[in-house]
Amino acid sequence: MIAILLFMVCAALAVAGAVTLIWAKEPIHSALALVLVMVALAVLYLLLGAPFIAAVQIIVYAGAIMVLFVFVIMLLNAGVEERTNFSKLAIPGVILAGALLLEIAHWMFHSAIGHALANGANASTTEASTYELSEMLFKQYLFPFEATSILILIAVLGAWVLARKES
Amino acid sequence: MSAIPISWYLVLSAVLFGLGVVAFVFKRHIIAVLMSIELMLNAVNLAFVAFARARGALDGLVFVFFVIVVAAAEAAVGLAIVIMLAQNRQSMNIERENLLKL
Amino acid sequence: MFLLTHLWIILALPLLGSAINGLFGKTFSKPLVNTFAVGSVALSFLAAAEAVREFVLLAPAQIPFVKSYFTWMLGGETTAHPFRVDFALQIDQLTVVMLMVVTFVGMLIHIYSTGYMAHEDGYYRFFSYLNLFMFFMLTLVTGANLIVMFVGWEGVGLCSYLLIGFYFLKKSAADAGKKAFIVTRIGDFGFTVGILMVFATFGTVSFGEIFPQVSSISTPVLTTICLLLFAGAIGKSAQLPLYVWLPDAMEGPTPVSALIHAATMVTAGVYMVARMNPLFSRAPAAMLVVGIVGAITAFYSATIGLVQTDIKKVLAYSTVSQLGYMFLACGVGAYASGIFHLMTHAFFKGLLFLAAGSVIHAMGGEQDMRKMGGLRKKIPVTYWTMLIATLAIAGIPGFAGYFSKDAILEAAQSGPHANLILWLLGVAGALLTSFYMFRLVFLTFFGAPRYDEHKVHVHESPKNMTVPLTILAFLSIFGGWFAAPKLIGGTDYFEKFLAPVFASSAPTADMEAAPAEAVTPAVSLMHALVSWPVAVGILGLLIAWYFYIKRPDIPKKMAQSVHALYLLLLNKYYVDEIYAALIVRPLLWISANVLWHVVDEGAIDGVVNGTASVARGSGSELRKIQSGNTRSYAAWVIVGAVGFTALLVGLLGVAH
Repeated sequence: MIAILLFMVCAALAVAGAVTLIWAKEPIHSALALVLVMVALAVLYLLLGAPFIAAVQIIVYAGAIMVLFVFVIMLLNAGVEERTNFSKLAIPGVILAGALLLEIAHWMFHSAIGHALANGANASTTEASTYELSEMLFKQYLFPFEATSILILIAVLGAWVLARKES
Repeated sequence: MSAIPISWYLVLSAVLFGLGVVAFVFKRHIIAVLMSIELMLNAVNLAFVAFARARGALDGLVFVFFVIVVAAAEAAVGLAIVIMLAQNRQSMNIERENLLKL
Repeated sequence: MFLLTHLWIILALPLLGSAINGLFGKTFSKPLVNTFAVGSVALSFLAAAEAVREFVLLAPAQIPFVKSYFTWMLGGETTAHPFRVDFALQIDQLTVVMLMVVTFVGMLIHIYSTGYMAHEDGYYRFFSYLNLFMFFMLTLVTGANLIVMFVGWEGVGLCSYLLIGFYFLKKSAADAGKKAFIVTRIGDFGFTVGILMVFATFGTVSFGEIFPQVSSISTPVLTTICLLLFAGAIGKSAQLPLYVWLPDAMEGPTPVSALIHAATMVTAGVYMVARMNPLFSRAPAAMLVVGIVGAITAFYSATIGLVQTDIKKVLAYSTVSQLGYMFLACGVGAYASGIFHLMTHAFFKGLLFLAAGSVIHAMGGEQDMRKMGGLRKKIPVTYWTMLIATLAIAGIPGFAGYFSKDAILEAAQSGPHANLILWLLGVAGALLTSFYMFRLVFLTFFGAPRYDEHKVHVHESPKNMTVPLTILAFLSIFGGWFAAPKLIGGTDYFEKFLAPVFASSAPTADMEAAPAEAVTPAVSLMHALVSWPVAVGILGLLIAWYFYIKRPDIPKKMAQSVHALYLLLLNKYYVDEIYAALIVRPLLWISANVLWHVVDEGAIDGVVNGTASVARGSGSELRKIQSGNTRSYAAWVIVGAVGFTALLVGLLGVAH
């Protein structure tokens, strides 16, 4: 009971945040809306029994990446979103996006995998333990783990090279 | 506690992803566009976690981990480009960046 | 046995001469060109003579002597009847006759040409082409299968084109060359289809393998094959309706007219029919067609020759007419007589052309007989040799033409396949032949000179021209005497020599008329001399004498009184004009309007240009994607993602 209520609230908050992101004129409003979305999602992760991921979401995503966004917005004195001319391409775009959604929904509700998942045959009943997660991370997925560390290195170097002033 | 059907999470994920796409297409401010990308990634993360739960396997969570890492790297580089654009052009309007025009 | 196994030497010698003169002749002096040209043909003649000597030593079972040198084409080895063409040469009695005629007359004409063409440009080129012609003609007559013969056939057509258009800067000469090639091409098409049908029917194109199978093939098939092959002969040997190229071919130098259009190339059709006689003999309908075409052509062409004023044109129509006689002979089953006439015709027609060339040379290039006259005393050698040739062609007894022409007409009258209508046409043609040939002699050599004697200095030709004339004159008299013993009831040696070749066409016992009482030599001789051909021959001479010597005003009066007929004949029945209107002009119209505008410009260019414009158009449309507008790029990314997802879910059945 509580779970369903919590889910509804968080879902509503997430959607509201997403809509605000689209509608806001100032980018800072969009950034804050995005933070709301992330926090709501973190709660949902908790509901799904993934506390580690919820924590990582808050710490890294909401706490570092969004802070970076806010910094940049603030430093660059980013202007407002300009009044947009309604583009005629929007209509087919929206229709296509809707089609995409419906397609995925169709898949979800009518596929064999979907049915199996909905039955909850294999559903885990306990929380995902951090121990098991880290074991998998460092054993099965060791190579991607190392690769992402190099990726971060490259990103740092790239960001530094791109943003420095030419002297 | 009564289990929430996985489909609900997936629907939510799809809705968020769709909103992210809409934002990606319609927003003009560069930073807004970058943020819409983050929104899409988040929606996908939610789907991954939901599936991890439904399948009883932890692979989905590992993947979420990597997605977050990559999102961080991409946000860093993207914002660096934004800074560069802001320094050179004084405009944050994505429609003015048309140097790739043939 | 050496030359029999190496018959190719006879062919290779003129080819070598042609190559040397063609490639290097430009730098040679005239005597050097002569050495290679005449020398190669002379050597070829000697080689042929040696081959004949070896041939007569062969036993009858070894004839025809075939030697295959290499496999030229081989297709469909795994099937029952592979298409196999060897480069194979054969020699039998017919080949012997043709070899001797071609090489000997060819040699004489080569010698003659050294004098006639002495002042012409492109001297080396002429001899190169002439030697090349000899090579192809020899290939034609020695080939042991239809394809090798066809190689020679086409090759002589090519050389004819080259030599007719020798003075290629003159438009009429170039046109005449094209006309010859194109018209004979029409016949060659039928010939090719005929060869294909031969292969389809017999499974082979080799003579040695075709002839034994003939008796097992149905008559309609044989008739069709023979008619198709004969179509080629109609073109190559200038019969009705494909004769129109031969008068125009007179644009070429006179030795060319002598060699190619009198003695050798045009007789290729006759040779082919004679060679394929086993097929023709079993297809009486085809033989009848051959005979009819030959007889009608003989008569028709003679009528045109009556009023022509160009000396070479008269001889051209005369050639067409005489070729008609040869086909008439084949049509009534007298193949040996046809070949006999081929041989004697080579002698006297070759002589006539060479002598005409001598006259033209003497007159400084004049060819119109109306501007000649009284040349008898001035160029005596030319006069006497031409007179001998004319007596031969008119069929006056004692000369070569008499024996051959008489044999033909006798076969038409009373042979196994006799046909009185054809005989009548033949006799009428003989009358006309005699008339117009003597008309030619009288107009040219008799009477008062109708030219300005101060402007034209008539002089006899040099020795290298008169000696061949003399030799040919000798042959025009004695070249027919192989058949002389028949006059007194003996055997015709020529016919006896060729009998094995025409064995399958020989009249069977029941077809041959039972010989009546045994005739004494004197009675036989009288029968031979008092015959229609002789009568009309002499009659023609008398009429011509009357018209052109006794009362020279008659021809003009006659021309005016039957003016329409005269004009019809003078303009060759307007056949060229009819062909131009019916065939040439529509073809040119189709060529220009349909094939050029519609097919070439519209379709082919349209496809090519269309491809280019499609590429350009699509490029300019696709370019718009690269707008530089980041948001449109974003939109396209979404579109791609949606499509890909749809692909995964819908088509690849990820979901189901």
